[in-house]
Amino acid sequence: MISAPVLIVSAVLLGVGTFAFRAAGPMLHTRVVVSTSMQALMSMSATVLLVALAATSAVFDGSSPAGWARAAGVAVAVLLAWRRSPFVVIVVAAAGTTAVLRLLGL
Amino acid sequence: MRAAWRDLSERLGPGTLRDILLVNLAVGIVGVSYGAITVGDGLPLWAPNLMSIVVLGGASQFLFTGIIGAGGSAVAAVLAGLLVNARHLPFGFALAGTVKERPLLGSYLMIDEVVAFALAEKDPERRRLVFFTCGACLWIFWNIGSLLGGLLGNAVTDTDVFGLDAAFPAVLVALVTPALRDSRTRTVALVGAAVAVAATPFLPAGTAVLLALAALVLLPVLRRDDFPTPGEEAGDRS
Repeated sequence: MISAPVLIVSAVLLGVGTFAFRAAGPMLHTRVVVSTSMQALMSMSATVLLVALAATSAVFDGSSPAGWARAAGVAVAVLLAWRRSPFVVIVVAAAGTTAVLRLLGL
Repeated sequence: MRAAWRDLSERLGPGTLRDILLVNLAVGIVGVSYGAITVGDGLPLWAPNLMSIVVLGGASQFLFTGIIGAGGSAVAAVLAGLLVNARHLPFGFALAGTVKERPLLGSYLMIDEVVAFALAEKDPERRRLVFFTCGACLWIFWNIGSLLGGLLGNAVTDTDVFGLDAAFPAVLVALVTPALRDSRTRTVALVGAAVAVAATPFLPAGTAVLLALAALVLLPVLRRDDFPTPGEEAGDRS
């Protein structure tokens, strides 16, 4: 197990690096003029990443399969979202489906 | 305090604040499991909150704990966490205008759920309000959860029983679906997601998501039927 100083330095390095990723856009924003098409491309990139994040975390836990219960719950969420159900319904139905399927031993 | 709360609820609309609180409740419970797992892996009691304050990124924090807990090196844990968080770079560019008045705080609070909530809003003023409200709530719930989890230790580690592991992808699905009604965005996003899912077993945990951006090369060949900004039909969400 790592020592306290190493743990603190590691946390700070990860924190500073993460902040740098997040702050690059806002910091450059005031210095360079970003074209509308570039802005649209960045919005599209963010959407693409969020969808990919949803898809991978629906199917995988890290690098191993997450199991059918979670995938089924998220599938319910996709169906309800496409049918314009309210946000709360989508999230609660997804978690509920997964919980019930697990209870049933899936 | 109560007046400020009512004012916020009025400006956000009745549904939005409730939605934000629901997500934060789930985030808080996942935070409990994060704290419990981290302390259970042998890290000190202050470690979960140190990470939750300094890093503030759930996926990278779980990964960091996992690698250290499995006996991996600190260097490997930091590098893996940074790779996972690289996706925040385009988030920052997409929301640069939203956080321009408070770029430092805005960058610090730029978490997946917050980004998804903000992008689902079309009006710039509402988008800013939703971003900072959700960000502040998330900071509070995630840290309280991390602390409680650490204190409770091994008493609670398995929040999967409640299906909460399905809540995170479901939240993202609910928030990005309006943007996906634009056929061009949908095609690119679905192809990207397929690439990421296919690559996940072969890459370090959490990094395959970045490959989804490869689908952007399809853009020139897709017919533009709308200006592709997320938040179209944002009013659907209630």
